[in-house]
Amino acid sequence: MSFDVQEFRSHFPILDQEIYPKKNLVYFDNAATTQKPKCVSETVEHYMMKVNGNIHRGTHRMASEATVAYEAVRDQVCSFINAASREEIIFTKGTTESINLVASSLGEMCIHSGDEIIVSEMEHHANIVPWQMLCQRKGATLKVIPFNDKGELMLEVYESLLSDKTKIVSVNHASNALGTINPIEYIIEKAHERGAYVLIDGAQGIAHCDVDVQKLDCDFYAFSGHKIYGPTGTGVLYGKKNILEQMPPFMTGGEMIETVTFKETTFNVLPYKFEPGTPNYTDIIGLGAAIGFVETYGKANMVAWEEELYRYAISKLSQIEGIRFFGESENKVGIISFAIDGVHHFDLGTLLDQLGFAVRTGRLCVDPIMDHFEMQGMTRAALSPYNTKEEIDAFYNALLRLQQMFV
Amino acid sequence: MKTINEVQDEIIEEFSMFDDWMDKYANLIEMGNELNDIDPKYKVDNFLIKGCQSRVWLYPTFEDGKIHFEGESDAIIVKGLVSLLLKVYEDRTPKEILESELYFIDDIGLTQHLSPTRSNGLLSMVKQMRLYAIAYDRKINS
Repeated sequence: MSFDVQEFRSHFPILDQEIYPKKNLVYFDNAATTQKPKCVSETVEHYMMKVNGNIHRGTHRMASEATVAYEAVRDQVCSFINAASREEIIFTKGTTESINLVASSLGEMCIHSGDEIIVSEMEHHANIVPWQMLCQRKGATLKVIPFNDKGELMLEVYESLLSDKTKIVSVNHASNALGTINPIEYIIEKAHERGAYVLIDGAQGIAHCDVDVQKLDCDFYAFSGHKIYGPTGTGVLYGKKNILEQMPPFMTGGEMIETVTFKETTFNVLPYKFEPGTPNYTDIIGLGAAIGFVETYGKANMVAWEEELYRYAISKLSQIEGIRFFGESENKVGIISFAIDGVHHFDLGTLLDQLGFAVRTGRLCVDPIMDHFEMQGMTRAALSPYNTKEEIDAFYNALLRLQQMFV
Repeated sequence: MKTINEVQDEIIEEFSMFDDWMDKYANLIEMGNELNDIDPKYKVDNFLIKGCQSRVWLYPTFEDGKIHFEGESDAIIVKGLVSLLLKVYEDRTPKEILESELYFIDDIGLTQHLSPTRSNGLLSMVKQMRLYAIAYDRKINS
């Protein structure tokens, strides 16, 4: 293993703190948001303090410099996910906005009464509700691919759901609760055979999986910057150029227009058609720093270490009597959702916090997954490459200690 | 009968005996374990206060001008907090509840559990208790 976790970790000073007196922070809430390396905050600070000028409009030096930096990130993202052209990269404020953009705009373009949209049972709410509302608006039907008890999508059911009525398929690359990495190549291929568009929700996938949008042949790929070490409020929607060109604007405002008269408005070209108003350019430039950081270390190296950590964590935590894991697919990101018999997730989360552990508890924004397992909530430890085996040992010991308190 | 503030002061004193956070929580857990469950027939949606993390059931009855509350939560720490709230609020007149100020939660350092997030139903529970008090107060004065 060439990955030096301590060196990697040294870029994240936030991790080196006592969150309560004598309680070192152990941050396991990485599926909610990742911590930021120094290069990201330094980049954001530099552009805020030295180069702040509104992009695309100004003639002065700072506006030009900010514009160049912002547009350079578009090229960087284009290369990062191997899009065919920079016009296919739309900056948004996150995965949620990206999905809403597609549901609204593509939905307006191609969904009619009687049509069908397919999502999976393991989607987080942001990849359910926009489609549900679109279906309600248009008189379409939402179909759901179920998953089995290991947390794997039932592909034979998926195939049976596909028909000529299917217009859009939207599934996640990796589940935020089960950790499952879905066979999206297959899902995309089958949807395309029926002429349906496919959106991949990459909120979790982007930091953990290879994303080559041309190889995948997905029509849309959505992700958030803050889940890949970038600032919050940043996100990307990748869309195939020929589809984005046909889609109507999602929101209107400055920069996305070409000409405006009181009679008629014509719209700007891609990607600006979908970026109305002043974007969060400072943080997008910070996202560029985050992607640069990931590229320096190499996603594959980071994922390999995370996988080693995950295997270690599972073998360790399995020793706890009465523990139950949710999501046992072989192909997973480092997400461990679990419950311990007789211990309520809220109680566990509350006391873990007191001991310095940041985990997520509750319904994890995935009510259908909770319903599937008939759970009111779960505890989720989501790993990142800056986590260590020592932290997992400490977590194991904390769980044993807390379990005793509830006996 | 002690006043609401006297009960709150007692609780604050009890918790001040514990230096360590874990001991405070152990005490809450003990209180939660000791609290009687409410009659299952009242564990229905009508009496459910739903938070993202834990569920709280609150069942009020009104007799002789006083409100009696029964409460339960599926999370034991929250159940301990319910037990504390019941100590403070049960068998009080609506006026006593409405004129009271809850300060013990802050004073024993449990404010995080009352924060207006979806994390638990405690804030909603206090609100619901006061709403019942308003409703019964109107009933008396109508």
